[in-house]
Amino acid sequence: MKAPLSWIKEYVDLPADVTTEELTDRLTDLGLKLEAIHSAADGISGPLVIGQVLTAEPEPQKNGKTINWCTVDVGEANGTGEPQGIVCGAHNFGPGDLVVVVLPGGVLPGGFEISARKTYGHVSAGMICSARELGIGEDHDGIIVLPSDAGKPGDDAFDVLGLREEVIEFEINPDRAYGLSLRGIAREAALAFGAPFRDPAARDVPDANDDGYPVVVDDPVGCPVFVARTVTGFDPAASTPGWLAERITHAGMRPISLAVDITNYVMLETGRPIHGYDLDKLQGTIRVRRAAEGERMTTLDGNERTLSPEDLVVTDDSGIIGLGGVMGGETTEMSETTTNVLVEAAHWDAVSMFRTGKRHKISSEAGKRNERGVDPTICAAAADRVVELLVELGGGTAGPGVTVIGTAPEQPSVRIGYDLPERISGIPISADTVVANLRAIGSTVDADADGVTVTPPPWRPDITDPFDLVEEVVRIVGYDKVPSVVPREATGRGLTRTQQLRRRIGRTLAGAGCVEVVSFPFVGEATFDALGLPDDDVRRHTVPLANPLSAEEPAYTTTLLPGVLKAAARNVGRGAPGVALFETGTVAFPVDRGPAPIYGVDRRPDEADLPKLFEALPRQPLHLAVVVAGERERAGWWGAGRNADWSDAVGLARLLADELGTPLEVRQGARMPWHPGRCARLLVEGVEVGHAGELHPQVCVQLGLPARSAALEVDLDVVMANAAVVIPGPSFSSFPVAKEDVALVVADDVPAADVEAALREGAGELLESVRLFDVYTGEQIGEGSKSLAFALRFRAPDRTLTETETSAARDAAVARAAERVGAVQRA
Amino acid sequence: MSGPNTDYDPVEVAAVQPEEVDAARDAALAAIAAAADLDDLKRVRTDHAGDRSPLALANREIGALPPQARKEAGQRVGRARGEVNQALAARQEVLEAEHAARILVEETVDVTLPTDRIPAGARHPITTGSELIADIFVAMGWEVAEGPVIEAEWLNFDALNLGADHPARTMQDTFWTAGEGGTESGVVLRTHTSPVQARTMLDREPPIYVVCPGRVFRTDEYDATHSPMFHQVEGLAVDEGISMAHLKGTLDHFASRLFGEGITTRFRPSYFPFTEPSAEVDLKCFVCKGVDPASCRTCRGEGWIEWGGCGVVNPRVLTACGVDPERYTGFAFGMGIDRTLMFRHDLADLRALFEGDVRFTTAFGTEL
Repeated sequence: MKAPLSWIKEYVDLPADVTTEELTDRLTDLGLKLEAIHSAADGISGPLVIGQVLTAEPEPQKNGKTINWCTVDVGEANGTGEPQGIVCGAHNFGPGDLVVVVLPGGVLPGGFEISARKTYGHVSAGMICSARELGIGEDHDGIIVLPSDAGKPGDDAFDVLGLREEVIEFEINPDRAYGLSLRGIAREAALAFGAPFRDPAARDVPDANDDGYPVVVDDPVGCPVFVARTVTGFDPAASTPGWLAERITHAGMRPISLAVDITNYVMLETGRPIHGYDLDKLQGTIRVRRAAEGERMTTLDGNERTLSPEDLVVTDDSGIIGLGGVMGGETTEMSETTTNVLVEAAHWDAVSMFRTGKRHKISSEAGKRNERGVDPTICAAAADRVVELLVELGGGTAGPGVTVIGTAPEQPSVRIGYDLPERISGIPISADTVVANLRAIGSTVDADADGVTVTPPPWRPDITDPFDLVEEVVRIVGYDKVPSVVPREATGRGLTRTQQLRRRIGRTLAGAGCVEVVSFPFVGEATFDALGLPDDDVRRHTVPLANPLSAEEPAYTTTLLPGVLKAAARNVGRGAPGVALFETGTVAFPVDRGPAPIYGVDRRPDEADLPKLFEALPRQPLHLAVVVAGERERAGWWGAGRNADWSDAVGLARLLADELGTPLEVRQGARMPWHPGRCARLLVEGVEVGHAGELHPQVCVQLGLPARSAALEVDLDVVMANAAVVIPGPSFSSFPVAKEDVALVVADDVPAADVEAALREGAGELLESVRLFDVYTGEQIGEGSKSLAFALRFRAPDRTLTETETSAARDAAVARAAERVGAVQRA
Repeated sequence: MSGPNTDYDPVEVAAVQPEEVDAARDAALAAIAAAADLDDLKRVRTDHAGDRSPLALANREIGALPPQARKEAGQRVGRARGEVNQALAARQEVLEAEHAARILVEETVDVTLPTDRIPAGARHPITTGSELIADIFVAMGWEVAEGPVIEAEWLNFDALNLGADHPARTMQDTFWTAGEGGTESGVVLRTHTSPVQARTMLDREPPIYVVCPGRVFRTDEYDATHSPMFHQVEGLAVDEGISMAHLKGTLDHFASRLFGEGITTRFRPSYFPFTEPSAEVDLKCFVCKGVDPASCRTCRGEGWIEWGGCGVVNPRVLTACGVDPERYTGFAFGMGIDRTLMFRHDLADLRALFEGDVRFTTAFGTEL
C-alpha cells in the first residue's frame, strides 16, 4: 500500500516536528511495516522549471509529422535570461502558455539525460515535458499546460507538479486489512503520536428511502449490506483534476476516467471498494445471489468466466452484470459516454471473495480488500462520498433515492483476563494499560474486576481470539519492552543416532576428497532418458507436481544421480581436471494411496486417523549419490596422476560401510546408468541398498562427463539402520604370526569375493586375515582364467604355530577353494 | 695369539721398551685424532690396535721377559693399549655422530613441494551451517526434530491455522503434488519447516524444545535472491509459563552464538497465522554493530538485518495438535538458513549455493 504523506496528514494532525522517518519508525513499531519511502520525483533531477511559450512555429517535416519550433522564456534558469529554443512534437499549447521545461543537464525517469541536440534542423536546448515523460501520469497526447497562475518563468517546477510529495509504501499484513486505506494508516499514525484523528468515513449520510434503485439481496450471508446511490447528468468529458490523478497515481493506481478515478480514490481513502455501473445500461431490479453451476459471464477485463455455485453474482433483468465484490461485468461497465451512474457500496463475505478470486485467478485492488475484510459499517458513507465527488467534479446531480439493504454484521466480543497480556508478553502490563490500549484501537471495552470484554471496532474483523487482543495491547506497549529471558534449561537427549551418523557420512566423504553439492530435486522424462533408464524402471515412477516451474521437469526425483552428474559436468565444463562430488537428500516414490485427508483443527485428529495422514505421503528415503569423474589423483613431482574408475566408487561405498560398521556385500550387478560389466550391486544383510561402479560410456557422452566417470547411489536409511551399535572389543593374540601366500587359478567369471570367502571358510579358526594382493592374467595362465594371489596370515591365541599346523590350515583353505570355485593352486 | 717364547729375538723384545711403547701409543693416538671419517678410523684401528699393530706385537713379547720385567712391561703395554682403545671408541662416537648428521643433511628435501595428490573435499555450507545452528540449540538442551519435505497439506497448512480460505495461504506460493488423474492430492512440497512443529506436538507431550533445520519449497523464480528450494530453521518451545520474553532470550542467545557477543535481536509486530502475537526478528548488524550503519553494506545503513519471523504459538495450533492451551504456552521462530549464510558470509548470489561449483564449496571446508 502506497500512501502519499500529504494525504495521510489530511486526517491526522501530527506534531509539527515529526519527520517522515519518525512517522514510519513508529508505524513500523505498531505493525504497519515500512517497505520504502518514495519521492514522487524519483528518477528526475533538475533543472526542471516553468517556462512561458513565446513563439511556436509549426514546421511540417518530410516524415509527415509537424513539429513546433518554439522559443520559451525560462527566466534566469538558463543562466542567460535569453529565450530557450526547443523543438516540441505536441500541439496542445500555444504562445503565452505556461509549460514545464527540463533544461540540458536534467535527467528524466528511465535515466533519460537531456542535452542540447540537433534535431529537425534546429538545436533543441531542452524539452517541454508531458506527464508521462515525468513519470507522474499516463497522459502523453500532449505536454503539460500549467494554469496561468502556476508561477512565473524560471520558477522551480517540482513544487507546482507535486513532485516534492513523499509517498510511503507499507507492507500490509493480512490481518491488518484496514491498513489498505488512508483512513486506516492515518488512524495508526494518530495512535502512534496521540494525535487527533479525523475519520474520512464519519459523515452525515442521507437516510435510506423508497426512491432508491430497486435491489434485492437473496444471500444476506454472502452480501450482508448493499448500498446503491445514483448520480445523473454527469459530464463524461470532465477530466480528473490533477490533485486527484496525482494521489491515485502516487498510491499506485492508474488514472482512467473521472468516474472510475473517483471510485478508486474513495476506495483508497476509506478502504471500501466501490463499483460504478452505467445506470442507463442497467435493466430492472439489481439482484445479489449465488451463481448456478455453469453460468457464464464476461468480466470487464474481457474474460469469459464459467461460474460456480459458490460465486456471488450481481444480476439485473439482462442476466449477470458482475462478479460481486471481485470484478464488474462488461455489459454495464462505465464508459466515456456514461452520464448516469449507479454507485454500489456493498459488504461481501470475505471467504467467498477469497474463493472466487482464487477460482477465477482474479487479483484486483477491490478483491484484495474484500477478501481480507472491510469495515461493513461504512458502505453508506463511502457511497455518499463517491456521489459527492461525482457531483462536485463531474457536474452531476445526486439522485434522491438511497437504497440500503441489510445491516452490518456485529463483531463478536472477546474476553481476556487482565493478566493475559503480561503472561504472554513477559512485560509488566497493568490492568489500566490493558483497558486503555484496547480503547485506543477503537474497541468498546467492558471492564470488570477480573478482565475485559471487548467488542473490536468494525474495521478489525481479524480480532476474534484472546491472543489477538494480547497482540493489540502489546504492540502499543511496544515490542521493544519485551525482556530477554533464557528459558529454563531443557533436558534434551542430544542428537539422534541417525543425525550423528549423517554427519559422519558427510565428514568421511569430505575427508576422502569429495565435495558436497545441493541440487534441485526436479526431474522429467528427459532426465531419465539421459541416464538410459529402461521404460519400466521403477525410478521413472515419480511423484508428479501439479504446478511445476518447468514443464520439462514436472516431478520430484527418485534418484540423486541427475543432480550430482549435472554438477560434475558443470565443474568439468568450467575447467576442473577432475571432480568428486556427493549429495545426500531425500528422494520420493509414490505410494498410490489416494489423497491425504484434511482433518478439522478444533481438536487433535483421532489416533486412528493420524496414521492415514502419514501413510498418504510418498515414501521418502534418504539417499546418497557420489560421482567421481576425471582426475582422481593429481599428477605431480611424485609421478603420474590417476583417473577415476569403477573402483573409486565401490571404494567409497566400502569406506562408508567401514566408517559406520555396516556389513556391506559387493556383488556383480547390472543397472543403468552404470556400465553393464562394471557395476557393483551393494547389499546390506541381504537387502539391496544401491549400486556403484563406472558409468555407461553413452551416459558419459550424453552428460558431458569424462570417460570412465564413476558413480555410487545408496539408500542411506538402510545403511544407517544396520550400522554397528555397541562394538564388542576384539581379543587378539600376541604370539608370532605365520604367513602363507597362495596363488589360485580360477575361471575369469569367478568373483574374487567368492574365492576369498572359500579360503576363509576352509582355513578355519587359525586364520587371522586374508587379503588379495595380485591379479594376473596372461599366457602362463591360459585363456579364460585368472590367477589370484592371496596373503594368508595365521595365528593361534595360545601358542606359536608350528609349520605343520600352518601348512595344514593353508591346504585346507586351498582345498575348500578348489571345491567351491574350482581353484587350482599355481605351482 | 702369542706362542711360547722359544725363539728369543732381542729386536722384538726392544718393542716393550718404554720409549717404544710410548712412541707406538703416541703414533696411534695421533692417527686416531687424524682419522677423518669412519673408513679412516677403521684403517687406523687395524694399524694401531689390530693383531699386527706395534702394541699388539709388544704385548705378545711380554711373556718372553723375566718375571720382574714382565710385570712392569705388561702394565706399560696394557696402559698404552687402554688409552688407544679409549681414544678409538671416543673417535668412533664422534665420527658416527658426524656421519648421521651428514646423512640427515644429504636427505634434505624441499618441503614446500605440493602434496595434494587428492584434492581436498568439503561439506556444503548449508549442511555445516545447519549443524552449527543445531549445535547451538543442542547445547541449550534442545533436540533436533525432522519431518519429510513432501508433506500433508493438513500439516503444512491447516494444523498451523492456515485453513483453505486463509488469505495468507497465497503468501506462500505452494508446489502441489498431483493426485490420481489430476485430482487434489492433499500433499505439498512443504512451504516451510513449520509442519515439523505440528508433527512434534502430535508426537510427544510438553515440555518440548526442538529446532528443525530443513529444506523447503516455494514456486519462486530462480534469481540472485530467490530460489524455488531453500532452507529454514524452525524453533519450537512449548512448556508451562512460556512467554515472549523467553522467545527474546532464546533468540538473543542464538544471535550472539552465531554472530558474536553483544549481537542481539529486536522484534517488530508482524503477522503469521501460526503465532499470535507475531513478530519479525531483526538482528543487530554484526558488521557495524549498529554504531556506524551509514557506510555499512551488510545492513545497508539500517543497523539491523531482517532475520526471520517468530511469535507466541497460536492456541489454535496447540489445540489442533492436541496440546492443552489452558496449561501450556509456546513460542516458535523461523529463519532462512540460505539467507543467514548470505549475509554471514557476504555472498552476493544465492545461486552459488546450488550450482555445485567446487571452488565455492571448498572455500568453506568441512565445518563452518
